[in-house]
Amino acid sequence: MVVYGGGNVIAVIDYKAGNLTSVVKALRFLGADDVVVTQSHEDVLKADKIVLPGVGHFQATQLLEDLRLTQATREAVAKGTPFLGICVGLQWLYEGSTEAPGTAGLGHFAGQCERFPAVYEGEELKSPHVGWNSLEEVRADSRLLRGVKPGSFVYYTHSWRAPVSADTAASTLYGGAFTGAVERGNVMGVQFHPEKSAETGLKVLNNFLEL
Amino acid sequence: MLTKRVIACLDVRGGRVVKGIQFVDIVDAGDPAELAHRHAAAGADEIVLLDITATHEGRGTLIDTVRRTAEKLFVPFTVGGGIRSAEDAEAVFTAGADKVSINSSAIARPELIGEIGSSFGAQAVIVAIDARRGPNGVSDAEVYVSGGRKPTGRNVVEWAREAEQRGAGEILLTSMDTDGMRNGFDCELTRAVSEAVQIPVIASGGAGSAAHFAEVFKLGKADAALAASIFHFGVTDSRALKAEVAAAGVAMRLPC
Repeated sequence: MVVYGGGNVIAVIDYKAGNLTSVVKALRFLGADDVVVTQSHEDVLKADKIVLPGVGHFQATQLLEDLRLTQATREAVAKGTPFLGICVGLQWLYEGSTEAPGTAGLGHFAGQCERFPAVYEGEELKSPHVGWNSLEEVRADSRLLRGVKPGSFVYYTHSWRAPVSADTAASTLYGGAFTGAVERGNVMGVQFHPEKSAETGLKVLNNFLEL
Repeated sequence: MLTKRVIACLDVRGGRVVKGIQFVDIVDAGDPAELAHRHAAAGADEIVLLDITATHEGRGTLIDTVRRTAEKLFVPFTVGGGIRSAEDAEAVFTAGADKVSINSSAIARPELIGEIGSSFGAQAVIVAIDARRGPNGVSDAEVYVSGGRKPTGRNVVEWAREAEQRGAGEILLTSMDTDGMRNGFDCELTRAVSEAVQIPVIASGGAGSAAHFAEVFKLGKADAALAASIFHFGVTDSRALKAEVAAAGVAMRLPC
Protein backbone atom coordinates (compact mmCIF):
# COMPACT_ATOMS: atom_id res chain seq x y z
CA MET A 1 0.00 0.00 0.00
CA VAL A 2 1.42 3.37 -1.00
CA VAL A 3 -0.21 6.12 1.00
CA TYR A 4 1.89 9.05 -0.14
CA GLY A 5 2.37 11.01 -3.34
CA GLY A 6 5.67 11.62 -5.18
CA GLY A 7 8.39 9.08 -5.70
CA ASN A 8 8.75 6.23 -3.32
CA VAL A 9 12.38 5.21 -2.92
CA ILE A 10 13.42 6.25 0.58
CA ALA A 11 17.15 6.21 1.28
CA VAL A 12 17.85 5.81 4.99
CA ILE A 13 21.48 6.75 5.50
CA ASP A 14 23.42 4.35 7.72
CA TYR A 15 26.42 6.09 9.25
CA LYS A 16 26.93 3.56 12.04
CA ALA A 17 25.36 5.77 14.70
CA GLY A 18 22.91 3.69 16.64
CA ASN A 19 20.03 1.56 15.70
CA LEU A 20 18.08 2.09 12.48
CA THR A 21 15.58 -0.71 13.08
CA SER A 22 12.90 1.49 14.63
CA VAL A 23 13.01 4.20 11.95
CA VAL A 24 12.84 1.71 9.09
CA LYS A 25 10.05 -0.21 10.84
CA ALA A 26 7.97 2.96 11.26
CA LEU A 27 8.45 4.00 7.61
CA ARG A 28 7.39 0.54 6.43
CA PHE A 29 4.43 0.54 8.81
CA LEU A 30 3.28 3.75 7.12
CA GLY A 31 3.39 2.09 3.72
CA ALA A 32 6.88 2.98 2.46
CA ASP A 33 7.72 -0.34 0.81
CA ASP A 34 10.90 0.76 -0.93
CA VAL A 35 13.19 1.69 1.95
CA VAL A 36 16.91 1.35 1.20
CA VAL A 37 19.34 1.40 4.12
CA THR A 38 22.53 2.63 2.55
CA GLN A 39 26.00 4.15 2.78
CA SER A 40 26.22 4.73 -0.98
CA HIS A 41 26.28 8.28 -2.32
CA GLU A 42 24.72 6.99 -5.55
CA ASP A 43 21.69 5.65 -3.65
CA VAL A 44 21.35 9.01 -1.95
CA LEU A 45 21.49 10.89 -5.27
CA LYS A 46 18.91 8.58 -6.87
CA ALA A 47 16.49 8.47 -3.93
CA ASP A 48 13.12 10.22 -3.99
CA LYS A 49 13.45 11.05 -0.31
CA ILE A 50 16.32 10.91 2.16
CA VAL A 51 16.20 10.16 5.89
CA LEU A 52 19.22 10.67 8.13
CA PRO A 53 18.55 9.09 11.54
CA GLY A 54 21.08 8.78 14.27
CA VAL A 55 21.63 8.85 17.94
CA GLY A 56 24.94 9.14 19.68
CA HIS A 57 27.92 11.38 19.17
CA PHE A 58 28.13 14.23 16.63
CA GLN A 59 31.59 12.90 15.75
CA ALA A 60 29.90 9.96 14.01
CA THR A 61 28.71 12.33 11.26
CA GLN A 62 32.34 12.62 10.12
CA LEU A 63 31.70 9.35 8.26
CA LEU A 64 29.22 11.21 6.02
CA GLU A 65 32.04 13.39 4.74
CA ASP A 66 34.38 10.41 4.42
CA LEU A 67 31.84 8.46 2.34
CA ARG A 68 31.07 11.52 0.12
CA LEU A 69 27.53 11.52 1.48
CA THR A 70 27.75 15.18 2.47
CA GLN A 71 28.32 16.15 -1.17
CA ALA A 72 25.58 13.76 -2.35
CA THR A 73 23.16 15.29 0.15
CA ARG A 74 24.02 18.81 -1.06
CA GLU A 75 23.34 17.82 -4.66
CA ALA A 76 20.13 15.94 -3.85
CA VAL A 77 18.80 18.77 -1.73
CA ALA A 78 19.67 21.31 -4.44
CA LYS A 79 17.53 19.45 -6.96
CA GLY A 80 14.63 19.41 -4.49
CA THR A 81 14.76 15.93 -2.88
CA PRO A 82 12.96 16.06 0.49
CA PHE A 83 15.39 15.43 3.35
CA LEU A 84 14.59 14.55 6.98
CA GLY A 85 17.24 14.51 9.70
CA ILE A 86 16.36 12.88 13.02
CA CYS A 87 18.09 13.65 16.34
CA VAL A 88 21.81 13.94 15.51
CA GLY A 89 20.55 14.00 11.90
CA LEU A 90 18.88 17.35 12.68
CA GLN A 91 21.97 18.66 14.43
CA TRP A 92 24.10 17.81 11.38
CA LEU A 93 22.00 20.23 9.28
CA TYR A 94 23.52 23.09 11.32
CA GLU A 95 27.08 24.43 11.07
CA GLY A 96 28.42 22.15 13.77
CA SER A 97 28.23 21.12 17.40
CA THR A 98 30.34 21.84 20.45
CA GLU A 99 30.20 18.05 20.99
CA ALA A 100 32.74 17.59 18.17
CA PRO A 101 34.22 20.98 17.25
CA GLY A 102 36.44 19.46 14.55
CA THR A 103 33.52 17.98 12.59
CA ALA A 104 31.57 20.33 10.33
CA GLY A 105 27.86 19.95 9.82
CA LEU A 106 26.09 20.50 6.50
CA GLY A 107 25.63 24.19 7.35
CA HIS A 108 22.21 24.34 5.71
CA PHE A 109 20.89 26.12 8.79
CA ALA A 110 22.84 28.80 10.62
CA GLY A 111 24.05 28.20 14.15
CA GLN A 112 25.91 25.76 16.37
CA CYS A 113 24.45 22.99 18.50
CA GLU A 114 25.32 23.34 22.17
CA ARG A 115 24.99 21.29 25.32
CA PHE A 116 22.12 21.95 27.73
CA PRO A 117 23.27 24.30 30.49
CA ALA A 118 24.04 22.58 33.83
CA VAL A 119 22.05 25.28 35.61
CA TYR A 120 19.03 27.16 34.29
CA GLU A 121 17.38 30.04 36.12
CA GLY A 122 19.16 29.09 39.33
CA GLU A 123 18.05 25.45 39.21
CA GLU A 124 20.14 22.42 38.38
CA LEU A 125 19.16 21.04 34.97
CA LYS A 126 19.48 17.30 34.40
CA SER A 127 21.12 16.22 31.19
CA PRO A 128 20.42 14.25 29.01
CA HIS A 129 16.91 15.52 28.33
CA VAL A 130 14.98 12.24 28.26
CA GLY A 131 11.26 11.77 27.96
CA TRP A 132 8.07 13.19 26.51
CA ASN A 133 8.02 16.94 26.05
CA SER A 134 5.62 19.19 24.16
CA LEU A 135 5.98 21.00 20.84
CA GLU A 136 5.35 24.74 21.13
CA GLU A 137 5.10 27.58 18.61
CA VAL A 138 4.25 25.14 15.81
CA ARG A 139 4.66 27.10 12.55
CA ALA A 140 1.38 27.16 10.63
CA ASP A 141 3.11 26.84 7.24
CA SER A 142 5.14 23.75 8.21
CA ARG A 143 4.52 20.86 5.83
CA LEU A 144 6.28 18.41 8.15
CA LEU A 145 4.08 19.32 11.12
CA ARG A 146 0.80 19.59 9.25
CA GLY A 147 -2.01 18.61 11.61
CA VAL A 148 0.27 18.56 14.68
CA LYS A 149 -1.31 20.67 17.40
CA PRO A 150 0.80 22.86 19.68
CA GLY A 151 1.18 21.03 22.99
CA SER A 152 1.49 17.61 21.31
CA PHE A 153 3.97 15.36 23.09
CA VAL A 154 7.00 13.77 21.45
CA TYR A 155 9.83 11.62 22.80
CA TYR A 156 13.31 13.13 23.21
CA THR A 157 16.66 11.72 24.28
CA HIS A 158 19.67 14.03 23.77
CA SER A 159 22.23 16.25 25.50
CA TRP A 160 22.97 18.72 22.69
CA ARG A 161 20.41 20.98 21.05
CA ALA A 162 20.00 23.35 18.13
CA PRO A 163 19.20 27.04 18.67
CA VAL A 164 15.85 28.60 17.77
CA SER A 165 15.92 30.61 14.52
CA ALA A 166 13.57 31.77 11.76
CA ASP A 167 13.74 28.24 10.28
CA THR A 168 12.46 26.63 13.50
CA ALA A 169 9.14 24.88 12.80
CA ALA A 170 8.43 24.07 16.46
CA SER A 171 10.29 24.62 19.69
CA THR A 172 10.43 22.75 22.97
CA LEU A 173 11.19 24.11 26.41
CA TYR A 174 13.93 22.55 28.52
CA GLY A 175 16.51 24.91 29.98
CA GLY A 176 15.00 27.53 27.65
CA ALA A 177 13.65 27.03 24.15
CA PHE A 178 15.43 24.89 21.57
CA THR A 179 14.55 23.70 18.07
CA GLY A 180 12.29 20.65 18.18
CA ALA A 181 11.68 20.74 14.42
CA VAL A 182 13.29 22.77 11.64
CA GLU A 183 12.13 23.27 8.08
CA ARG A 184 13.03 25.39 5.07
CA GLY A 185 11.81 24.25 1.70
CA ASN A 186 12.61 20.58 1.22
CA VAL A 187 15.09 20.33 4.10
CA MET A 188 13.66 19.29 7.47
CA GLY A 189 14.79 17.94 10.78
CA VAL A 190 13.37 16.80 14.11
CA GLN A 191 15.30 16.60 17.36
CA PHE A 192 12.73 14.21 18.79
CA HIS A 193 12.26 10.58 17.73
CA PRO A 194 9.15 10.42 15.54
CA GLU A 195 9.49 6.62 15.37
CA LYS A 196 9.02 6.53 19.17
CA SER A 197 6.48 9.34 19.56
CA ALA A 198 3.25 7.37 19.17
CA GLU A 199 0.51 8.95 16.98
CA THR A 200 2.15 12.38 16.79
CA GLY A 201 5.42 10.90 15.57
CA LEU A 202 3.72 8.72 12.98
CA LYS A 203 1.82 11.78 11.71
CA VAL A 204 5.11 13.64 11.20
CA LEU A 205 6.66 10.72 9.33
CA ASN A 206 3.55 10.31 7.22
CA ASN A 207 3.60 14.02 6.36
CA PHE A 208 7.18 13.55 5.16
CA LEU A 209 6.25 10.50 3.11
CA GLU A 210 3.40 12.44 1.49
CA LEU A 211 5.64 15.28 0.27
CA MET B 1 7.15 20.91 29.64
CA LEU B 2 9.07 17.67 30.23
CA THR B 3 6.67 15.17 31.75
CA LYS B 4 7.31 12.36 34.21
CA ARG B 5 7.08 8.93 32.62
CA VAL B 6 4.83 6.05 33.60
CA ILE B 7 6.35 2.80 32.41
CA ALA B 8 4.51 -0.51 32.09
CA CYS B 9 6.68 -3.54 32.77
CA LEU B 10 5.96 -7.01 31.40
CA ASP B 11 7.66 -9.95 33.09
CA VAL B 12 8.02 -12.62 30.44
CA ARG B 13 8.78 -16.32 30.78
CA GLY B 14 8.79 -18.71 27.87
CA GLY B 15 7.15 -16.13 25.63
CA ARG B 16 4.23 -15.37 27.96
CA VAL B 17 3.68 -12.52 30.40
CA VAL B 18 3.66 -13.86 33.94
CA LYS B 19 2.79 -12.32 37.21
CA GLY B 20 4.02 -13.42 40.60
CA ILE B 21 3.60 -12.16 44.11
CA GLN B 22 6.90 -12.23 45.99
CA PHE B 23 8.34 -14.57 43.36
CA VAL B 24 5.72 -17.27 43.90
CA ASP B 25 2.23 -18.01 42.62
CA ILE B 26 3.20 -17.29 39.04
CA VAL B 27 0.14 -16.97 36.85
CA ASP B 28 -0.24 -16.41 33.13
CA ALA B 29 -1.21 -12.83 32.29
CA GLY B 30 -1.21 -12.99 28.50
CA ASP B 31 0.64 -12.41 25.25
CA PRO B 32 3.48 -9.84 25.48
CA ALA B 33 2.86 -8.21 22.08
CA GLU B 34 -0.84 -7.83 22.76
CA LEU B 35 -0.31 -6.47 26.27
CA ALA B 36 2.41 -4.06 25.14
CA HIS B 37 0.08 -2.58 22.54
CA ARG B 38 -2.75 -2.34 24.98
CA HIS B 39 -0.52 -0.48 27.45
CA ALA B 40 0.78 1.88 24.76
CA ALA B 41 -2.76 2.61 23.56
CA ALA B 42 -3.83 3.26 27.14
CA GLY B 43 -1.14 5.91 27.53
CA ALA B 44 1.91 4.13 28.96
CA ASP B 45 4.94 6.28 28.09
CA GLU B 46 7.26 3.31 27.67
CA ILE B 47 7.22 -0.44 27.72
CA VAL B 48 9.79 -2.60 29.50
CA LEU B 49 9.98 -6.32 28.84
CA LEU B 50 11.92 -8.31 31.42
CA ASP B 51 12.81 -11.86 30.51
CA ILE B 52 12.79 -14.03 33.60
CA THR B 53 13.64 -17.18 31.66
CA ALA B 54 17.07 -18.40 32.63
CA THR B 55 17.40 -21.21 30.11
CA HIS B 56 19.28 -21.21 26.83
CA GLU B 57 16.18 -22.32 24.89
CA GLY B 58 14.35 -19.38 26.37
CA ARG B 59 16.71 -16.92 24.68
CA GLY B 60 15.54 -17.82 21.19
CA THR B 61 11.95 -17.42 22.30
CA LEU B 62 12.86 -14.04 23.76
CA ILE B 63 14.23 -12.68 20.48
CA ASP B 64 11.08 -13.81 18.72
CA THR B 65 8.95 -12.23 21.46
CA VAL B 66 10.89 -8.95 21.19
CA ARG B 67 10.44 -8.92 17.41
CA ARG B 68 6.71 -9.56 17.63
CA THR B 69 6.26 -6.99 20.39
CA ALA B 70 8.32 -4.30 18.66
CA GLU B 71 6.73 -4.74 15.26
CA LYS B 72 3.97 -2.19 15.69
CA LEU B 73 5.06 -0.52 18.92
CA PHE B 74 5.86 3.18 18.48
CA VAL B 75 6.84 4.16 22.01
CA PRO B 76 10.24 3.49 23.60
CA PHE B 77 10.79 -0.20 24.23
CA THR B 78 13.33 -1.63 26.68
CA VAL B 79 14.35 -5.27 27.01
CA GLY B 80 16.15 -6.73 30.02
CA GLY B 81 17.09 -10.09 31.49
CA GLY B 82 20.03 -12.28 30.65
CA ILE B 83 21.96 -9.73 28.54
CA ARG B 84 25.57 -10.60 29.28
CA SER B 85 27.50 -9.26 26.31
CA ALA B 86 27.44 -6.62 23.58
CA GLU B 87 26.40 -9.43 21.20
CA ASP B 88 23.37 -10.28 23.38
CA ALA B 89 22.46 -6.59 23.34
CA GLU B 90 22.87 -6.34 19.58
CA ALA B 91 20.50 -9.27 19.07
CA VAL B 92 17.68 -7.56 20.99
CA PHE B 93 18.36 -4.20 19.29
CA THR B 94 18.16 -5.86 15.90
CA ALA B 95 14.88 -7.46 16.96
CA GLY B 96 13.50 -3.98 17.66
CA ALA B 97 14.40 -2.92 21.22
CA ASP B 98 15.40 0.72 21.74
CA LYS B 99 17.17 0.20 25.05
CA VAL B 100 18.55 -2.71 27.02
CA SER B 101 18.52 -3.07 30.77
CA ILE B 102 21.53 -4.79 32.33
CA ASN B 103 21.88 -5.78 35.96
CA SER B 104 24.00 -8.70 37.24
CA SER B 105 26.18 -8.61 34.12
CA ALA B 106 27.06 -4.94 34.71
CA ILE B 107 28.15 -5.69 38.27
CA ALA B 108 30.16 -8.69 37.07
CA ARG B 109 31.84 -6.71 34.30
CA PRO B 110 31.18 -2.94 34.46
CA GLU B 111 32.97 -2.41 31.12
CA LEU B 112 29.86 -3.87 29.47
CA ILE B 113 28.05 -0.55 30.03
CA GLY B 114 30.53 1.33 27.84
CA GLU B 115 30.78 -1.47 25.30
CA ILE B 116 27.06 -1.39 24.54
CA GLY B 117 27.00 2.41 24.72
CA SER B 118 29.82 2.86 22.23
CA SER B 119 27.89 0.99 19.53
CA PHE B 120 24.32 2.00 20.30
CA GLY B 121 24.63 5.23 22.29
CA ALA B 122 24.41 5.87 26.02
CA GLN B 123 20.65 6.47 25.72
CA ALA B 124 20.26 2.77 24.87
CA VAL B 125 21.82 1.46 28.11
CA ILE B 126 19.83 1.25 31.32
CA VAL B 127 21.64 -0.06 34.38
CA ALA B 128 19.15 -1.81 36.65
CA ILE B 129 19.93 -1.89 40.35
CA ASP B 130 18.14 -4.17 42.80
CA ALA B 131 18.55 -2.56 46.20
CA ARG B 132 17.88 -3.43 49.81
CA ARG B 133 18.30 -1.01 52.70
CA GLY B 134 21.06 -1.78 55.18
CA PRO B 135 21.09 -1.60 58.99
CA ASN B 136 21.41 2.19 58.74
CA GLY B 137 18.71 2.53 56.10
CA VAL B 138 19.27 4.29 52.79
CA SER B 139 22.88 5.34 53.44
CA ASP B 140 24.09 1.74 53.39
CA ALA B 141 21.59 0.30 50.95
CA GLU B 142 23.22 -2.65 49.18
CA VAL B 143 23.15 -3.86 45.58
CA TYR B 144 21.82 -7.40 45.02
CA VAL B 145 22.18 -9.50 41.87
CA SER B 146 20.86 -12.76 40.42
CA GLY B 147 17.23 -11.79 40.78
CA GLY B 148 17.75 -10.45 44.28
CA ARG B 149 19.33 -13.63 45.63
CA LYS B 150 22.96 -12.51 45.99
CA PRO B 151 24.24 -9.54 47.99
CA THR B 152 27.28 -7.88 46.41
CA GLY B 153 28.60 -5.70 49.21
CA ARG B 154 28.30 -2.70 46.87
CA ASN B 155 26.71 0.53 48.04
CA VAL B 156 23.70 1.52 45.89
CA VAL B 157 24.47 5.24 45.52
CA GLU B 158 28.15 4.56 44.77
CA TRP B 159 27.28 1.96 42.15
CA ALA B 160 24.75 4.33 40.54
CA ARG B 161 27.48 6.99 40.28
CA GLU B 162 29.92 4.51 38.78
CA ALA B 163 27.32 3.31 36.26
CA GLU B 164 26.76 6.93 35.20
CA GLN B 165 30.49 7.54 34.82
CA ARG B 166 30.80 4.41 32.71
CA GLY B 167 28.16 5.72 30.35
CA ALA B 168 24.76 4.46 31.49
CA GLY B 169 21.89 6.45 30.02
CA GLU B 170 19.42 5.80 32.82
CA ILE B 171 19.19 4.00 36.17
CA LEU B 172 16.32 1.59 36.90
CA LEU B 173 16.20 1.36 40.68
CA THR B 174 14.14 -1.44 42.21
CA SER B 175 13.65 -1.50 45.95
CA MET B 176 13.51 -5.11 47.12
CA ASP B 177 12.06 -3.89 50.41
CA THR B 178 8.96 -2.46 48.77
CA ASP B 179 8.70 -4.69 45.68
CA GLY B 180 5.44 -6.58 45.40
CA MET B 181 4.01 -5.02 48.55
CA ARG B 182 1.87 -2.39 46.79
CA ASN B 183 2.48 0.00 49.68
CA GLY B 184 4.36 2.60 47.68
CA PHE B 185 7.84 3.14 46.24
CA ASP B 186 10.92 3.67 48.42
CA CYS B 187 10.92 7.45 47.96
CA GLU B 188 13.87 8.09 50.25
CA LEU B 189 16.13 5.65 48.44
CA THR B 190 14.99 6.92 45.02
CA ARG B 191 15.72 10.49 46.05
CA ALA B 192 19.20 9.58 47.31
CA VAL B 193 20.07 8.04 43.94
CA SER B 194 18.35 10.74 41.89
CA GLU B 195 20.29 13.48 43.67
CA ALA B 196 23.57 11.60 43.23
CA VAL B 197 23.40 11.31 39.42
CA GLN B 198 22.60 13.54 36.44
CA ILE B 199 20.98 10.81 34.36
CA PRO B 200 17.28 9.93 34.71
CA VAL B 201 16.23 7.56 37.49
CA ILE B 202 13.33 5.16 37.03
CA ALA B 203 11.76 4.09 40.32
CA SER B 204 10.44 0.57 40.65
CA GLY B 205 8.96 -1.65 43.34
CA GLY B 206 5.88 -1.05 45.41
CA ALA B 207 3.41 0.70 43.11
CA GLY B 208 -0.12 0.16 44.37
CA SER B 209 -1.96 3.38 43.54
CA ALA B 210 -1.77 6.67 41.64
CA ALA B 211 -0.86 8.39 44.91
CA HIS B 212 2.29 6.25 45.10
CA PHE B 213 3.37 7.49 41.67
CA ALA B 214 2.75 11.13 42.63
CA GLU B 215 4.82 10.59 45.79
CA VAL B 216 7.82 9.09 44.06
CA PHE B 217 7.82 11.85 41.43
CA LYS B 218 7.58 14.63 44.01
CA LEU B 219 9.35 13.31 47.11
CA GLY B 220 11.55 10.72 45.41
CA LYS B 221 12.57 13.05 42.54
CA ALA B 222 12.13 10.14 40.14
CA ASP B 223 12.07 10.96 36.43
CA ALA B 224 10.00 7.90 35.65
CA ALA B 225 8.25 5.17 37.58
CA LEU B 226 7.60 1.60 36.60
CA ALA B 227 4.92 -0.83 37.57
CA ALA B 228 3.97 -4.31 36.52
CA SER B 229 1.32 -6.00 38.54
CA ILE B 230 -1.09 -3.11 39.00
CA PHE B 231 -1.56 -2.94 35.24
CA HIS B 232 -2.44 -6.59 34.82
CA PHE B 233 -5.92 -8.02 34.76
CA GLY B 234 -7.42 -4.58 34.15
CA VAL B 235 -6.84 -3.45 37.73
CA THR B 236 -6.06 0.00 36.40
CA ASP B 237 -4.77 1.39 33.14
CA SER B 238 -2.27 4.13 32.46
CA ARG B 239 -4.87 6.60 31.26
CA ALA B 240 -6.78 6.62 34.54
CA LEU B 241 -3.59 6.40 36.56
CA LYS B 242 -1.94 9.33 34.74
CA ALA B 243 -5.03 11.50 35.03
CA GLU B 244 -4.92 11.00 38.80
CA VAL B 245 -1.19 11.68 38.99
CA ALA B 246 -1.68 14.86 36.91
CA ALA B 247 -4.46 15.95 39.25
CA ALA B 248 -1.93 15.66 42.08
CA GLY B 249 0.19 18.28 40.32
CA VAL B 250 2.71 16.20 38.37
CA ALA B 251 3.28 16.93 34.65
CA MET B 252 2.00 13.95 32.65
CA ARG B 253 1.59 13.25 28.95
CA LEU B 254 -2.16 12.90 28.57
CA PRO B 255 -3.98 12.10 25.35
CA CYS B 256 -5.19 15.23 23.51
